Amino acid sequence: MTTAYNDRAAPFTHAPVNVSKTMFTVLAALAPATLFNLWMFGWPAIFLFLVTVGACVACEVICVRLSGGSADSAIGDGSVLITGWLLAVSLPPWAPWWIGVVAAVFGVALAKHAFGGLGQNVFNPAMVGRVVVLVSFPVQMTAWVAPKPLFGAGSPGFLESLHYTFGRDVSLDAISQASPLGFIKTELARGIAVDQSMANAPGLMDLILGFHPGSMGEASVPLVLAGGLYLMWKRIISWHIPVSLLGTLFVMGALFNLVDPARFSSGLFHLVTGASFLGAFFIATDYVTSPVSKKGQIVFGVGIGLLTWIIRTFAGYPEGMAFAVLLMNSLTPIIDQHFRPRAFGRTSKGEPLPVKGGEQ
Amino acid sequence: MKLFPVRGGIHPEYRKERTAEQAIVTLPMPAALYIPLQQHIGAASEAIVAAGDSVKKGQVIAKSGGVVSAAAHAPTSGLVVAVTEVTAPHASGLPLITIIIEPDGKDEWADDLPAPIADPFAADSKVIRDRVAASGIVGMGGAAFPSAVKLNLGTQHKLQTLLINGAECEPYLTCDDRVMREFADEVIDGARIMAHALGAPNIVIGIETNKPAAIEAMGKAAAAHTNITVVGVPVQYPMGSERHLVQAITGLETPARKLTADLGVVVHNVATARAVHKAVRLGQPLVRRVITVSGGAVARPSNVEVPLGTMVADLVAFCGGFTQPPRRVVNGGPMMGQPLPSLEVPVVKGMSGILGLTTEETGEEPAKPCIRCGTCVTICPCGLVPVEMARFIKHDRLDDAAKWGVTDCVSCGSCSYVCPSHIPLVHYFNYAKGALSAADRERRRLDTIKGLVENHNARIEKQQAAKKAAAAAAAAAKAQAAQASTTDDDKANA
Repeated sequence: MTTAYNDRAAPFTHAPVNVSKTMFTVLAALAPATLFNLWMFGWPAIFLFLVTVGACVACEVICVRLSGGSADSAIGDGSVLITGWLLAVSLPPWAPWWIGVVAAVFGVALAKHAFGGLGQNVFNPAMVGRVVVLVSFPVQMTAWVAPKPLFGAGSPGFLESLHYTFGRDVSLDAISQASPLGFIKTELARGIAVDQSMANAPGLMDLILGFHPGSMGEASVPLVLAGGLYLMWKRIISWHIPVSLLGTLFVMGALFNLVDPARFSSGLFHLVTGASFLGAFFIATDYVTSPVSKKGQIVFGVGIGLLTWIIRTFAGYPEGMAFAVLLMNSLTPIIDQHFRPRAFGRTSKGEPLPVKGGEQ
Repeated sequence: MKLFPVRGGIHPEYRKERTAEQAIVTLPMPAALYIPLQQHIGAASEAIVAAGDSVKKGQVIAKSGGVVSAAAHAPTSGLVVAVTEVTAPHASGLPLITIIIEPDGKDEWADDLPAPIADPFAADSKVIRDRVAASGIVGMGGAAFPSAVKLNLGTQHKLQTLLINGAECEPYLTCDDRVMREFADEVIDGARIMAHALGAPNIVIGIETNKPAAIEAMGKAAAAHTNITVVGVPVQYPMGSERHLVQAITGLETPARKLTADLGVVVHNVATARAVHKAVRLGQPLVRRVITVSGGAVARPSNVEVPLGTMVADLVAFCGGFTQPPRRVVNGGPMMGQPLPSLEVPVVKGMSGILGLTTEETGEEPAKPCIRCGTCVTICPCGLVPVEMARFIKHDRLDDAAKWGVTDCVSCGSCSYVCPSHIPLVHYFNYAKGALSAADRERRRLDTIKGLVENHNARIEKQQAAKKAAAAAAAAAKAQAAQASTTDDDKANA
C-alpha cells in the first residue's frame, strides 16, 4: 500500500455503499416473490426465467465488449440481472424460449446499450423488451395458464416442460385462459357488465395470492409488497413512487366504479390485478428511468397510475403498466427539469429570498 | 430552546471517540518554525523581519497586507534564519514565502506586547476590533477569514445574535470539543467580548449533542450570564455550516448572495472566541492553536496545542508517527479537508486537524457510471441537484451548471459521500466554481478595459472635435479677415 497524498479531493470517507450492493439488495428483495412464482408455475416458468436472464446477461457481455468496457464489472454491478429478472417475470410463464431471447435483445442491446449503457437509457429496458414481444407476438404473449404448482397435480414434469419451453409448434390453446383483467375486458366487450362478470373472476384472496392465470410477477401481492417494504427500509427506494402510483390507480378505480359499477371495475380490483404492485415497487422505481427529485417522483407515480388506469379501462390491451411506465419514462427528463427541490436561500423560482428577520 | 429542521444532510461515522477523551497536550518546542505569509483568506501579509533578526514571542514578524488580511507573530523567541519559499499546506504543493525561526528555547514574550484591555465592555468596539486585527486572529474553524473584518459587521448591520459555532460536525475532529471542555471560561469571555464589539445583545452557543461534556462545561461557564444560551443541536452533517447552523437555531434561512449578518446573526468559531479572549485580556496575539491528530494510521491519536509554524511531520512524530503508511494525509476533517502534498508543511492558523487515514477508512472505489439514484438530491443540504450539475460540468457546460445553482454549493461533500457510484461530485463543483469565478474575473477585467478604451476614444474624439472646431473657427476668422481686407481694398479702389 502506498500513500497517495493528493491525487484526490475530499471527502476522504465514504458511506458503505456501491452500485453492486444496491443492485443485489434489489435482487434479494425480489427473490421471495419470484421463488414463490417459480414454484407456482412449475418447470416451464423456471426454464423461461433462466433463458431470459441468461439472454440478457449474454447481450450485456456482447455489448460491453463491443464498446470496449469490462464485462466482469458490467455484470458485477448486477443491473443486467435486475433487467433480466423483471423481464422474465413479466412474461407469460409458459411462453416459448425465443420470446425471452427476443425481448432480451430489444431490452438490453437496444433500449440500454444503444443509448450508452448503464445510467444512460431513457426507457426501462425490461419494459421495452416486454412491450416489443407483446405487440409483435400477441398469441404467445396472451397465452396465460392457470398456476400449476411444482410437483403438484397437473404440473408438467421436467421433460414435458422442456417441450413447452423449447419444443416446436407448441400450442397452449387448450390450457390457456384469460388473465382476470383480460377476462373482465372481453366480457365487457360481449356486453356483460363489469359487476356481473366480476362474479366469475377469481376471488379477492386468489387475486392477492396470485392463484389466477397471469404472468409470474402478477402473482403474490404480499411477497412483492414485503420486498418493496424491505427496499424502503434499506432506503434503496422511497415511498414516493409506489404510494403515488398505487394511490392514483386506486382512487381512479374507486371513483369511476362509484359512478358506474357496470362499466368500471373497482379500485381494489385494479390494485390486486395485473402488475400493479410489482410495477409500483420494482419497475417504476428503476433509478435510471425515473425522476431524481421527490416532487418529480410523485408526479411520475401519479402519471403512471393514471395512464395504467386509462389503458386498462379504455385501450385495447387489458394491462397497461408497461406502456404507462414507458410513456412516463419519456417524460422523466422534462419532469426533472421542472420539479426540482427549492435551493437553500432561494424561492422556488430560483430568486434569492427576501431578507427578513434582521433590521437593515 | 426550540430548534428548526434543516434540509438533507448525512450521518457519517464520526470516529471521534479516539480523541474525545484525550486532554489537550502541549507540543514541546520544535527545532524550527515555519510561518507562511498567507495563512488566511485575503491579501498576504508582508514580512518585516529578515534573516539574522532575533525575535521575541508575540512580536509582529509580518504586517497585515491590506483591508482583508492578517498579521503574523513570532510563536516563540529565537532567530530568524531565513525568509524563503517553503511548500504550503495546500493540495497544490506550491511554495509560499515563509519566515523560518529557530527557537532559542527561552520562549520569552516580547516586552512591547499590547497592554491588556482592563474593561473590554467599557471599551469602544473599534478598540476591540483593532486589537483582534493586531493579534492576527482569523476564523479558526478552517475558513481562516480575518476575524476583525467579520467583527466589523456590526457597523453596517443591526445585529441580535452572536452565534458561537461549536457544532464540530466533521468526523474525527475533537479540538473544539476539548477547547470547550477545558477552556469554557475563556471561550465564554471571548464570546462576550466579540458580542460587545458586534453590538449583538444575545449569544447562542451551538454544540452538536454528541458532545454532552462540552455542552455541560459551556452551560456551567455561561450560567452567570442571562444573555447566553447553550444549545445542543442535532448531530447532522453539515450542521457546522454557518448558514445551516443559523437556520437550525433561528429558523431563518439566509437568502442567496446575502450574509447571515443580514438576518442579524454573526457566527464565530469557539477557538476564535478563545483567541479573542487571549488577545484582549492578556494582550497575547495568536501564536498557538489546538489540533486534533487522528486517523487509523496514527499511533497515538491526540489533541495537541502547537505553536503555529510547526512542521506537520514533527506533530505526527509527537503522536507516535504512523503505524502503517496512511492512504491519505488530510489537513482538516475528512469531509471538507485538503489532501496534503507531504508532511513537510507547516501548521497554520486554520488547521483544525491532521488525519492519517487508512484504506479501510477512506472507502475509496473507482467511479462508476451514475445510476441516477437521486440520493445526492435527497441529501443535498442546499437543495441542489448534484446529479444534473455534474452532468453539465462533465460536458463543460458551466453556464448551465450555474443556472442549476452550482455557485450556491457549500462544498460540504455530502453528495460524494453517499454516491453509490463513487463519483467525486463535489470535486466537479469545486472545479466549476473556480472556473466560473475565473471567467467572471476575466469578464470584469475586460469590461474595465472596454470602459477605459471607450473613455479614451471619447476623449480623443472630443479633442479632435475641439481641434476641428478650433480649425474651423480659425479658418472662419481668417476668411472674415480676408473678406474684410478685400472690402477694404474695394473701398480703397473705390
